[in-house]
Amino acid sequence: MSLLRAAAWVLLKEMRTEWRTRELLTTTVVFVLMVVVLFSFTFDPTREESRRFSPGLLWLSFLFAGSLMLNPSFTREQANDTWQALRLAPVEPFAVLLGKIGANLLFLTLAEWLLLPVFGVLYDVSLLRVLGSLAGVLLLGTLGLCVVGTVFAAISAQARMRELLLPVLLLPALTPVLIAGVEATAGLLEREPRLDWTWVKILAGFDVVFLAASYLTSEYLAEE
Amino acid sequence: MSTLAAPDAPHAGPPAAAVIPPSILLRQVSKRYGAVTALRGVTLKFAPGEFVLLLGPNGSGKSTLLRVAALLARPDTGQVDFADAGGVVLRDPREVKRSIGFVGHNSLLYDDLTAEENLLFFARLYGLEHAAARVADSIGATGLWKRRGDLVRTFSRGMRQRVSITRALLHRPGVLLLDEPAAALDREAVGWLAQALRALHDSGCTVLMSTHGRSDLTALATRAVRLETGEVKSDVGGPAAEAEA
Repeated sequence: MSLLRAAAWVLLKEMRTEWRTRELLTTTVVFVLMVVVLFSFTFDPTREESRRFSPGLLWLSFLFAGSLMLNPSFTREQANDTWQALRLAPVEPFAVLLGKIGANLLFLTLAEWLLLPVFGVLYDVSLLRVLGSLAGVLLLGTLGLCVVGTVFAAISAQARMRELLLPVLLLPALTPVLIAGVEATAGLLEREPRLDWTWVKILAGFDVVFLAASYLTSEYLAEE
Repeated sequence: MSTLAAPDAPHAGPPAAAVIPPSILLRQVSKRYGAVTALRGVTLKFAPGEFVLLLGPNGSGKSTLLRVAALLARPDTGQVDFADAGGVVLRDPREVKRSIGFVGHNSLLYDDLTAEENLLFFARLYGLEHAAARVADSIGATGLWKRRGDLVRTFSRGMRQRVSITRALLHRPGVLLLDEPAAALDREAVGWLAQALRALHDSGCTVLMSTHGRSDLTALATRAVRLETGEVKSDVGGPAAEAEA
C-alpha cells in the first residue's frame, strides 16, 4: 500500500471521528474566539494600533488553538489501545503521522477561517483585500505548526505529564514559525499591503525541513 | 462459527489462513520496564500450525512475550525472527506484520466508529482487495450483522471482543497472537471464540494464546509453555499440553 493512500485512510478516519464527536473543533473554536474577544476588550485598539499588534495576537490565538487541538490527536488513540492497532498495520509509520498531520491541518485551518471574520471586525482590520496572500501565509504557518505539533504530540502522548509537556516542547520549536508568520501577516495588514517573500520563504523552508525530519524520525516515534 | 451467525448475514464462513504461517524464533529475549524485568533470556521456537498456550501467574511475562512476538515491543537484548517455509528469515517488518493478527487486553477498536467502519478502516490499512465484501463476510461470521452500523461504544464487552477478533483475522494472518481473549467473556462468547480458533487452527494458522486457566479454548492446544518471573519454567507438547492449563 502506498504511503499516500494509507495516510488518506488515516485522514478519513480522523475526519469521520471528528464529524461524529465534534470534540476538537468545537472546543478549539470557542476557546480562540474567547481569546480574541478578551484581547479586544483589554486593549480596545485604534485602527493604527491594530495594524501594529494584531498580527501577533492572531498568531498567538492560532498557537493556543494548536496546542489545544494537537494533544488529543494521539492521546485519544490510547483509549482502547488503537495506537497499537495502527502500529500493527503493515504501513510505513510516516503514513500514520502524515494522516494525523493532514487532519490537524484541516481542523486548525477550519478554526482559523472561522476566527478571521470575527478578528477582522473586532480589530477593525480589512482582510478582504489581502485574502489570497493571507490564505497562503496562514497555510504555510499552520502547516509548520501542525507538523511540529503532531510530532511532539506523538512523543508527549507516551509521557506521564503529557498535557504539560506538549506546550513546553512546542513553544521553543515554533518560534521561527511564529516570527515569520507574524512578520508576513504584519506586511499584509499595513496601509499599503505588501507580501514580504523573505518571511514566506522562511515559513516554506521550515515546513520542508520539519516534514523531512518527521519522515526520518517516524519509525522511532511509532515505538514504545 | 457459522452456526452463531445471524440469519441475514451475507456469508458466514470461518476465516482461513491465506498465507503460509512463518515460524517464530525468539533467541535469548529479555525485556525490562523500568526496574521490572518482564522477560529474562527467553528462547523459544514456534513451528507453523502450532496452537501454543502461554501459562503463568500475573506478571510472569506472558503479555510481554506476545507483544515482543507481535513487534509491538522491541526486546532489550536478544532477537525475534520470523522465517518462511524455506527457513529464510523475513527482513521486511511490513511483510512480517502482514502475517500477524493480534488480540490484546483492549479491543483496539475506535469507540466512535461503527463496527463496520472500524473493520473497513483496518481492511483498507492492510490494503485488502474487495475490502467491503470481506468486511461484510467477516461481520456475518461474528453474528453481529444487525449491529454492524452501531457505534462500538454501545457494544458489550463480549461483542467488542468478537469485533476485535474479527479485526485481527481480517487479513487472514498466518500467526494469531491472543492475550487472554476469554477474559470477561460469557459462555456463549467463549464457545464462539473456541469455534473460530478451531477453524483457524484447522486451516494451518499458528496460534499463541495466553490464558490463566482451563476453558473450552485450551482443549485446542498442542503445546503449553509456562512462564514464571519472565523465564520459561516448562514447555510441554502433545496431549499433556491441556493438562498443564
